Amino acid sequence: MTPNLHLWLIPILPLAGAAINGLFGRRFSRQIVSAIALIFAGAAFVWALWVASQFSSLTSAPYHETLASWIRAGDFRADFAFYLDQLSLIMLLVVTGVGFLIHLYSVGYMWEEGGFYRFFCYLNLFMFFMLTLVLASNYLVMFIGWEGVGLASYLLIGFWFTKDSAASAGKKAFIVNRIGDFGFLIALFLLIKHFGSLNFDQVFASVTPLSPETQGAGLLTSIALLLMVGACGKSAQIPLYVWLPDAMEGPTPVSALIHAATMVTAGVYMVARSHLIFDRAPAALMVVAIIGTLTALFAATIGIAQTDIKKVLAYSTISQLGYMFMACGVAAYSAGIFHLMTHAFFKGLLFLAAGSVIHAIGGEQDMRKMGGLRTSIPWTFWTMTVATFAIAGIPPLAGFFSKDEILWQAYSSQYGSWVFWLIGVITAFITSFYMFRLWFMTFFGEYRGAAGEQHAHAEHAGHGTHLGRDAAHGHGGIHESPAVMLIPLVVLAVLSIVGGWVGYHNTFENFLAPVFRSGVTVPVQAAQETASTQSHAEAGSTETVLMGISIAAAVAGFLLAWLLYHRRRDLPAKIAHALGGLYQSVLNKYYVDELYAILFVKPLIDGSSKLLWHGIDQNVIDATVDNSTEAAKQISDTVRHMQSGNLRSYAGWVAAGAAAVVVYMIWIGVR
Amino acid sequence: MVPLVYYLFLSGILFGCGVAGFLIKRNIITIFMSIELMLNGVNLSFVAFAAQWRAFSGQVFVFFVMVVAAAEAAVGLAIIIAVVRTRETLNVDDVNLLKL
Repeated sequence: MTPNLHLWLIPILPLAGAAINGLFGRRFSRQIVSAIALIFAGAAFVWALWVASQFSSLTSAPYHETLASWIRAGDFRADFAFYLDQLSLIMLLVVTGVGFLIHLYSVGYMWEEGGFYRFFCYLNLFMFFMLTLVLASNYLVMFIGWEGVGLASYLLIGFWFTKDSAASAGKKAFIVNRIGDFGFLIALFLLIKHFGSLNFDQVFASVTPLSPETQGAGLLTSIALLLMVGACGKSAQIPLYVWLPDAMEGPTPVSALIHAATMVTAGVYMVARSHLIFDRAPAALMVVAIIGTLTALFAATIGIAQTDIKKVLAYSTISQLGYMFMACGVAAYSAGIFHLMTHAFFKGLLFLAAGSVIHAIGGEQDMRKMGGLRTSIPWTFWTMTVATFAIAGIPPLAGFFSKDEILWQAYSSQYGSWVFWLIGVITAFITSFYMFRLWFMTFFGEYRGAAGEQHAHAEHAGHGTHLGRDAAHGHGGIHESPAVMLIPLVVLAVLSIVGGWVGYHNTFENFLAPVFRSGVTVPVQAAQETASTQSHAEAGSTETVLMGISIAAAVAGFLLAWLLYHRRRDLPAKIAHALGGLYQSVLNKYYVDELYAILFVKPLIDGSSKLLWHGIDQNVIDATVDNSTEAAKQISDTVRHMQSGNLRSYAGWVAAGAAAVVVYMIWIGVR
Repeated sequence: MVPLVYYLFLSGILFGCGVAGFLIKRNIITIFMSIELMLNGVNLSFVAFAAQWRAFSGQVFVFFVMVVAAAEAAVGLAIIIAVVRTRETLNVDDVNLLKL
């Protein structure tokens, strides 16, 4: 018998927290606000853990729970329904677990900020939508969550809405995501038109008997590509990645939770969830793999030249998301989800630790003004070290296992190729390089920021509220963060160390196998079977060699960073000078923002202002309204003289009217 | 028997006098009396027709008109008193606040 898991509790709990804090939080003290936010987020995590403990005893693998009927139109049905399988279980645990830790961290980080209750209201609201997204049992409910996390992301990026750059960064994120959502919606319409349903079960059941579209592109390819457009927007892939670096205007816990650990991985989750469609559209898979690979490389190279600590991490996030899409593109979905999970741990940790650094030195984000912080903030240093080694892919930390799995799949999968693998390894090298660059610049050498200038820096960085409200921070100099911020760092550090071990001996892949192996097409299944039954010695030796190369790439990145940013710190400037234009274009993010401004933004603004505003709005719509009021005014101007105020003239009009009526009646009678 | 058309002519003359007084006179009370004249002109035609066609409804209608006229006289006189108290005049041309 299947126990009732009450999945609905998991999203509802954070929603309740958001509602309480949003409606009454203004009157509560900070203690009560943070208690409410933590209790509801924590309760969702506890319930998710309980669900996980019950999961193995489920008799029917995807567990369904229908709450209410939503839309019924003819044969089409969409219900408020939840769906739990291995994939959503992992997402559930990652979102609630990491989410709770970041809530905890935020209590410390945001303590001095205005709008404390507002922040936690948004954060809980985000949890609600993200959990709706991962638990949805049809695309429509997923779309609610999808749009909802976009809203929460917008609200939180623009949390310091009085700052112009934050407000426009929020708008940018929202608008760029609209482009992706457009693709997603069209894909949903196609699904409704051709399969008559949006329920995962029904769609996948109708898709399963179809054969792969190897000859030319057809319906499944277009659906898959449109879904990928949506994923590109949400998960910041080329060409829609431009919003994510700007999203760093939000508070750092937001960057950690939404723009690193959870929301941006929604695209990967969606592609993995729709893997049956992608499996039957090899062309779309190829596009996914190419986009992922290019994004990984492209974003990593931009990361090299950034000096803002959060911007480095933002480009790193884009690059790591590219890895996940690369994995999905070679049909290695479990590798992608594996990297998603480990990435949530170490990238969440990196952002939180970066936040702790920023907090420690009073709102400064420029790495050129950091340095030598190793001894003054040891906890932050050590946890950040763990995360840096993890993302660089040094064994035995989490990032090594997942990244190595992706690289191996990119090489060995039937959709893979050595090109993907090679670019992946190069990216791994660059990743290692820029991460250790960040590490050396922040924690080694001597402190380059002047303590006395902290106020000015804080204002400059736009986090003036950090200091302005609290004199102790301004005068205290460099200080370690409070325990409430350090505990999440330590927990995430532990997870970043051990999180990869679940991938040992394909445990993780086998756990997800029921999701990703069911209903796959025959050639894929055959290939996977041969891959698994291949003589272990042969596959094993290749895998070992490739693993050795990827470790070597990581170590090489470390050594190069050590050379340039620790040993010979005069070299980077010389190299930058020698590279000239190339360095400038990397520093300016390849001028992509400028290119988009010329190609899309400017024509749009010009078209709107010249044609739509001055042309249509002013000359047609406004003119019609203005002229009709003018005409009415002129007519009434002549008629209003009837209203003389003279009673006898009124009486005259009455008499004349009556006479006219009588004449009319007589005329009718005569006729 | 006096032919019907005589009555109707008299009724028309009475009504015309009423209208003329209503339009020409400036004294509110005279205007008011002109209204009564118009009503009674109409009443006369009612009873004339009723007698001609031997139909009672016309006569009944006259009573209605008289009742309404009485009520109107009460209300109208009250208004006139109020106007006189506030504006201290009976000239309608001076009661001209209601204009643009």
